Amino acid sequence: MNESAVSPNLDAGHIGTSKNSRFRETLYRLAKDWVFIVASVVMGAILGSAILAPLVATHDPLSISILSRLQPIGSEGHILGTDELGRDMYSRLIYGARLSLAMALLPVFFAFGIGTGLGVAAGYFGGTINSIIMRSIDVFFAFPSVLLAIAISGALGSSTTNVILSLVIVFVPPISRVAESRTTEVVGLEYIDAARISGASDFTIIRVHLFSNIVGPVFVYASSMISVSIILASGLSFLGLGVKPPTPEWGVMLNTLRNAIYVQPWVAALPGCFIFVSSLCFNLISDSIRTAMDIKP
Amino acid sequence: MILFILKRVLYTLPITFAVSIVCFLLVHLAPGDPVSAFLPPQASAEVIAAVTHELGLDRPLPIQFLHWLSRVVVGDFGVSIANGRDVFDEVIGAFSNSLILASVAIPLAVAFGFALGAISGYCRGTLVDRISTVVAIGGVSVPHYWLAIVLVIIFAVENNILPAMGAGPGDSRAWSWDWEHLRFAVLPAVSMAVVPMSIIARTVKAVVAEVLSQEFVRALRAKGIGSFRVFIHVVKNAAPTSIAVVGVQVGYLLGGSILIETVFSWPGAGYLLNIAIFQRDLPILQGTILVLAMFFVFTNLLVDVLQAAIDPRVRRY
Repeated sequence: MNESAVSPNLDAGHIGTSKNSRFRETLYRLAKDWVFIVASVVMGAILGSAILAPLVATHDPLSISILSRLQPIGSEGHILGTDELGRDMYSRLIYGARLSLAMALLPVFFAFGIGTGLGVAAGYFGGTINSIIMRSIDVFFAFPSVLLAIAISGALGSSTTNVILSLVIVFVPPISRVAESRTTEVVGLEYIDAARISGASDFTIIRVHLFSNIVGPVFVYASSMISVSIILASGLSFLGLGVKPPTPEWGVMLNTLRNAIYVQPWVAALPGCFIFVSSLCFNLISDSIRTAMDIKP
Repeated sequence: MILFILKRVLYTLPITFAVSIVCFLLVHLAPGDPVSAFLPPQASAEVIAAVTHELGLDRPLPIQFLHWLSRVVVGDFGVSIANGRDVFDEVIGAFSNSLILASVAIPLAVAFGFALGAISGYCRGTLVDRISTVVAIGGVSVPHYWLAIVLVIIFAVENNILPAMGAGPGDSRAWSWDWEHLRFAVLPAVSMAVVPMSIIARTVKAVVAEVLSQEFVRALRAKGIGSFRVFIHVVKNAAPTSIAVVGVQVGYLLGGSILIETVFSWPGAGYLLNIAIFQRDLPILQGTILVLAMFFVFTNLLVDVLQAAIDPRVRRY
C-alpha cells in the first residue's frame, strides 16, 4: 500500500498535477484545521487506550467487589468511581471501547464494500440490473434506520454478530445510492468510451478507470456514517440486543447502571459520555475531511 | 397537480407491498420454531404437526404470505402470544401514545431547528452562527438515549422538577392535555426532539446560505427592497427543501422513539416493541414494525405532495 503510494508520487513531480498532489493539498488543509486536529487527538487517545487496554487499565474490568459498590468519581483507587457491582469504571470504560468501537466500525466497513459493489454494478450495467438493485434498495428506505436495525436484530435474537449484521443492512442502501449516482456520472464521461473502444473489458474498465474515480467520495460519505453507527450499535446493546453483561461495552454499561442514577448519577452517565465524545469526534473529523476535499485547488 | 398526486400514490403501492413482505419475512428470519411458543416442551410429534397445520405453517411461504396479507389488510393482525390480546388493538393503542409524544416533540424540533438554521445561515461567520453550529453538531452526535438519562438526572434526580418515568397518573390510556399529564411528556419529548432539531438546523442553514448566494437576492437588494422583504423571498425559496427534511425527520423521530420510550417507560409503540422482542412475541413485533413503517411511508407521501404544492418545479418529475 505504502510503496504503491510512493512511486506514482515521484512521477507526479514531473507531471505537475495528479491525484497525489491533490491528496497532499487535502492533507495540508487538514493540518491547518484545529477542529480536525483536536478531534483526531481525542479519537486517537480513545482508540489507542482501547488497543492498549491491558496496559492502560488499572483494574481487571470484571473483578467484582461488593464492598466498594458505586463509589463516586474521583474516589481513592478508582478515578472514575465504581459501578453497581464494585467494578472499576475507568478500566471498564477503556475495555468497553474495544467492543463499542469495533461494533461501530465493522458494519460501516462491510457496508462500504457491499454498497460500493452494488452501486457500481447498478451504475455501470444500467438497465434491468440497475432497476433490480436500486428498487430493492428503495424498500429499505421505507424504514427509519433505527427501527430497521432494532427490528432485524430483534427478530434474529440478541448477539454481537446480529447487531453488526443488522447495521450492515441499515448502511448498505444509502452507500449504494451514492456509489450508483457517482458511477452513472463517471460512466457518461468520454474517457470510459475511449477505454471501451481501445478494447478494455468491463472488468478492466471498472477496476482501472471507474473505481479510482468513485472510491474517494463514497469512502468519505461512508465515513460520515461512523458516528451514527456508534450511537446505533451502543443503542442496540443498551436495549439488550447486543453485548451481554458482564462484558464491558458502553451501551450495556449505560443500561445496567440505569438503576444507579439515584445513588451515583454522574457515574451512571459516564458510558454515555464516551459514546457522545466518540460520535462527536468522528462527525467533526468527517466534516473537516469533506470540507478539505470539496474546495477545488 | 392531481396527476402528480396520482403518480406518487401509485408509486407508493409497490413500496407498501414490499414493506409488508419485509415485515412478513422478519418473523420467518427469527430463529426457533414459532410453534414451540404455543406448546409445552413435552408436546408429542402429532400435536406439533397438528398445530403447525392449524397455523398454516406447513404451507409454502408465498401462500402463507398471501394468507397473512389478506388478514392484515382488514386489520386482523392475529393475537399476542404473551397475553392473547388482539395485536391490532394493542399496537394502535400504543401507537396513539407515541403520537402524543411526537406531537409535543415535532413542533419543538421544527421550531428550534428552523430558528437555529435560519439565524446561522443568515448571519454567516458571526458569533451567533458559531454557537448554533456547535449546538447543531453536538445535537447530531448525541446518543438520544443517553441525553434522556442525563435529563432525568438533572430534572428528576438532582432537582425534583419533572417526573422521571411513566405517562401520567392513571392507566396508560387515560391521557388528557392538562399539565398533570403533560409534565410527564416534557423530558421524553425534549430528548426525542434534539437530534431531528439539529439535522433540520444543519439543512436549513445550508439551504438559506445557498439561496442567499444566488444572484436574484443581490438583484432584490440592488432594487432597494427592504431586508424583511428579501427575507420573505429567501424563506419562499428555502421552504421546499426544508420541508423534505422535516418530513424525513418526523418519520425518524417515531422510529427512534423506541429507545426513549424504554428509558421513560412511556407506553408507546417503541416500548411495546421492546417488550415484544424480549418475550419473543412475534405477532406484536410484526404488527408494531408494520404500523411504524407504514406511517413512515405515508409521511413521505404527504411530504412529497406538500412539496409539490409549494414548489411547481417538483411536479415535473
